[in-house]
Amino acid sequence: MTDASFDTQATPQEASFGDYFALLKPRVMSLVVFTAMVGLLAAPVSVHPMVAFASILFIAVGGGASGALNMWWDSDIDAVMKRTQSRPIPAGKVSRDEAFAIGITLSVFSCIMLALASNIFAGLLLAFTIFFYVVIYTMWLKRWTPQNIVIGGAAGAFPPMIGWAVATGGVSIESVLMFTLTFMWTPPHFWALCLFMKSDYKDAGVPMLHVTHGRRVTRNHILVYTLLLAVVAIGMAFTGVGGPIYLTTALILNGLFILGAISIWRRNEEVSEADGYKREKSFFGLSLLYLFLHFGAILAEATLAPYGLGGW
Amino acid sequence: MSFHDDHELHKRRFGRNVGLALVLLAFIGIVFGLTVVKVTQGGLEPSAFKGQG
Repeated sequence: MTDASFDTQATPQEASFGDYFALLKPRVMSLVVFTAMVGLLAAPVSVHPMVAFASILFIAVGGGASGALNMWWDSDIDAVMKRTQSRPIPAGKVSRDEAFAIGITLSVFSCIMLALASNIFAGLLLAFTIFFYVVIYTMWLKRWTPQNIVIGGAAGAFPPMIGWAVATGGVSIESVLMFTLTFMWTPPHFWALCLFMKSDYKDAGVPMLHVTHGRRVTRNHILVYTLLLAVVAIGMAFTGVGGPIYLTTALILNGLFILGAISIWRRNEEVSEADGYKREKSFFGLSLLYLFLHFGAILAEATLAPYGLGGW
Repeated sequence: MSFHDDHELHKRRFGRNVGLALVLLAFIGIVFGLTVVKVTQGGLEPSAFKGQG
């Protein structure tokens, strides 16, 4: 093969390794890795470090695969929204067919490998998570109902349950509560983003709550979900994965989160536009810290427990 | 006589090949590590499968 044959067959937009990696949504994957790791380490059954490492890696690959399938299905609306225009498919670096092939291959691969590395239940739970995110959320709910993010948020909430299942082979009240924490956290987190990413979803025709019911309703919903979230988050302190460290963290963070939600609820569009959605943006930033620190506190309780310091 | 510089395209393809090679090597390492752990923990002994059949 000559150099000439290379140049005639390829386009200047040919993908690099990083472009394929970007299909896996690395930032979402980092959240999946962290919450799955906490679920695994907080479980009352110890797992060999090699098995734990491999299992978390396969959960991450499964999460990445669902991200690639999401980009394959949503490439038309990704091209319209400013936030997603630079993703590999709308940027012309990776074709839709390639994204689909990578997504399907990695989905099957990750579920089988997780089942082999840990247990069949964990593998099935990962398969269900991918199915839920790609079929239930991406293909069905996202473009159909303003409650898309409420129900679809479940997909992002499964990783700690899968981590727990890797260790125990099943489900328990603690793993369901870790699921509920992320599940209840997703709507206020995402709706705050919607408030300052103004026209993106409207342009793409995605029926987000602020597009179909208005910004006032979205602000009301953020407050209600934040209050419900606080009940779950603080209540978790009194279960097997909680303890004084978690309770302190939850009380402080939920206090701040509720204050932020009240602040957003009391504002209207004129006030928000005047300061460039400062409160909404800081609430969104706090929401990222909120989830990280809650799971960090669960991890701290689990890590300190063998020394008699964690838990009640 | 001098060789011309690689086209940016070739660099990208090279990076892709190296990336894929590293991923495959890592996968081999993980499967090997898992196998060692499973065998040493006794999870693959015939007795572990008794009663499943």
